[in-house]
Amino acid sequence: MSKKRVVHYINQFFAGIGGEEKADIKPEVREGVVGPGMAINTALKEEAEIVATVICGDSYFNENVEVAQKEILDMIKQYKPDLFIAGPAFNAGRYGVACGTITKAVQDELGIPVVTGMYIENPGADMFKKSVYIVETGNSAATMRAAVPAMVNLALKLLKGEEVGSPEEDKYISRGIRKNYFAEERGSKRAVDMLIKKLKGEDFVTEYPMPDFDRVEPNPAVKDLSKAKIALVTSGGIVPKGNPDRVESSSASKYGKYDIANFQELTEADHETAHGGYDPVYANEDPDRVLPVDVLRDLEKEGAIGELHRYFYTTVGNGTSVASSKAFASEFAKELIADGVEAVILTST
Amino acid sequence: MVKEVERAGIPVVHICTVVPISLTVGANRIVPAIAIPYPLGNPALDKKDEKTLRRKIVEKSLQALTTEVEGQTVFED
Repeated sequence: MSKKRVVHYINQFFAGIGGEEKADIKPEVREGVVGPGMAINTALKEEAEIVATVICGDSYFNENVEVAQKEILDMIKQYKPDLFIAGPAFNAGRYGVACGTITKAVQDELGIPVVTGMYIENPGADMFKKSVYIVETGNSAATMRAAVPAMVNLALKLLKGEEVGSPEEDKYISRGIRKNYFAEERGSKRAVDMLIKKLKGEDFVTEYPMPDFDRVEPNPAVKDLSKAKIALVTSGGIVPKGNPDRVESSSASKYGKYDIANFQELTEADHETAHGGYDPVYANEDPDRVLPVDVLRDLEKEGAIGELHRYFYTTVGNGTSVASSKAFASEFAKELIADGVEAVILTST
Repeated sequence: MVKEVERAGIPVVHICTVVPISLTVGANRIVPAIAIPYPLGNPALDKKDEKTLRRKIVEKSLQALTTEVEGQTVFED
């Protein structure tokens, strides 16, 4: 029996083309394996092999989703694959969104099994977990060795039409699909057992986890901008030149609070970005491109806004955990309120 | 961070390039930006035109802050 055909999708980084300075490259296709495809190919053994690898820059994909998706689909079609694998993307946000988008498109348009892999906090996971199988990986490429066998195991099951187990068994992110099965004990007994455990303070596993919709209702609009004090916040990593507090370029453990009372604009002489997840050239050249201090000063002078708050808050949103970001913001939001800030403009790269 | 600022009771507008991520995260007032490495700029323009472009996005975000919304709203052009 001939080997089944697999097409693999990776970004510019894993293809060894380059880092953020190459994140805007357009899609290209190469015959055979590239980068992590080698480990995947080995794990696929005699069952299947990667016949082609599609590579696309993360920024190009996310800034041109529709065009990029079409270009990539056309490339994939040429190779008549039986299976499509993307990533793993770990905690790389744009890469995760690309992997999710393209696996869903392939599944919908070509009707073949697809698998990708990412960290649970990758925004691509929340966006696509209901549509495609996303194997749960660690948050960095250091966990590649655990990610590959799990992805290949699930991919081969799908390829062979074998039954897929529960998310725990097959290590994918729950798709919210309910499946009937015969339990050994009837529901009333299981419910009472669970209740007794709960009363005793013991651990128990619910049979019906409530979905976690962490939504916040929008606050009422600002009534009169010309009297409002507005603060700037960014996840784009803008810091005073030299990064005095050493905010990390990825997985930031802190945020910075900096005084801009004496700045009419930000320039390369006084500010820069600490962010390691995008090409810093443009932000370093003119930090207003990420934190628009110049325009807000103009609007302040013209009386369009009451006042630009003298401090801005900043961190690096690059693989930074949701828990850290939450903690940063709930802390500085209290200060913003104490300082009488009435509205916030938050910029992200 | 957007959500925590909102939770604290301060209206907040999120200017970002990848709108689907902002929607997933749960921002309520969203203004699309230009590009990931320069959300509020465009190095291909001269300084004056670039600032005009930036001002347009900031004005759009101020408009978002003064608009009552029910649930997530993307303020397109």
